[in-house]
Amino acid sequence: MAVKLNRYSIIVADDDEGDRFLINKAMKASGLEEQIHFVDDGQKLIDCLTEYLSSTPSGERPQLPCLILLDLNMPRLDGREALKIMKGHVQLKEIPVVILSNSDNPEDVMGCYKGGANSFFTKPLDYLDLVRLMGLLKTYWFQNAKLPFEHPKSAQ
Amino acid sequence: MEQQFKRYSILVADDDEGDRFLINKAMKANGVENQIQFLEDGQKLVDHLNEYLKSTNPGDKPSLPCLILLDLNMPLLDGWEALKIVKSHAQLREIPVVILTNSDNPADVAGSYKEGANSFFTKPLDYLDLVRLMGLLKSYWLQNAKLPFERPKFAE
Repeated sequence: MAVKLNRYSIIVADDDEGDRFLINKAMKASGLEEQIHFVDDGQKLIDCLTEYLSSTPSGERPQLPCLILLDLNMPRLDGREALKIMKGHVQLKEIPVVILSNSDNPEDVMGCYKGGANSFFTKPLDYLDLVRLMGLLKTYWFQNAKLPFEHPKSAQ
Repeated sequence: MEQQFKRYSILVADDDEGDRFLINKAMKANGVENQIQFLEDGQKLVDHLNEYLKSTNPGDKPSLPCLILLDLNMPLLDGWEALKIVKSHAQLREIPVVILTNSDNPADVAGSYKEGANSFFTKPLDYLDLVRLMGLLKSYWLQNAKLPFERPKFAE
C-alpha cells in the first residue's frame, strides 16, 4: 500500500489504538499543525520510511519526516529494533526519534539513548499532561530546534 | 514540575567568553540548580569526560554530566570532533548532546544529527531569547524527559 506523506510530517508509531487516539487528540489540542501519520507497528514504520527513500530521485536529498514518536513495545517489529534500523541507516539516522513509551524502566531508557534515540519520554497517564507534553514537543522541535529535514516554522 | 537530576552537572563547551557568560546568566535566570561546567574548547570537554570516566576516588570524581551543550566552531578540537568522540564512546554516547552554535547552515544541522547530536539550536542573538531557550532546555531535559542515569535513591 503506497503511503504518500507530506514533506513536513510526523510519524507516530504506537500499537495501542487508545493511545494513538489520545496522542492525536493531544497534538491537535496543542496546536500541532504538521501532518501526523500513525502506524501501529515497527514494521509499518520502516516500510513507510523505505517508501520515502525509494521515491527520491537519485542524487537528491530524500524527503523524510521531521520527527518520529516511537513506542517501544509493539508487535512484529518493536521500537527497539526499529530504532536500531533507523539509527544504523545512513540517511534515516538523521531523523530525530523521540521515544514515547509506557515504560520508565531505567534499562529501557539507557538502552534507547545508547541506541541513538534523541530523547525519551514516558507516556503521561493523565490526558492533560499528555497535552502539555505535546505542547512541549511542539515548542522544542517545531519552534526552536533546527531540524535536518526542512520544516516551515508554524505560526506562533 | 520539579527539576530532577540536580546532582548531575551540565557541561557547556563554547570558545566565546561572552557567550559563556551569557549562557551562565541565562541558566541562572531560569533557576537551573545543577553545577554548570564551562569548557572553552573541544579538547577540554573530552579531557573532562575522560577524567570523569577514569577517576575512582568518589571524592575527586567530577559529577556525572547529564547534558552537554556544544558549540561547533572551537579551536584545538572543534565541536564536530568532540561530538564524534562522545557519540562513538560506549560509556559516553548516552549523554544527551545539544548543539548550541552560531550557525544555522543546513549542512551543519544535517551533519550534526548524522553524527548523533540529540538536538540542534542556533544561538539566539537576543539575550531574552537565550533566557527563553535555556528555560525550554530546562523544561525539556530536566523536568520532562527521562535521562539515562540511575534514579537517585532519595528525592532531590
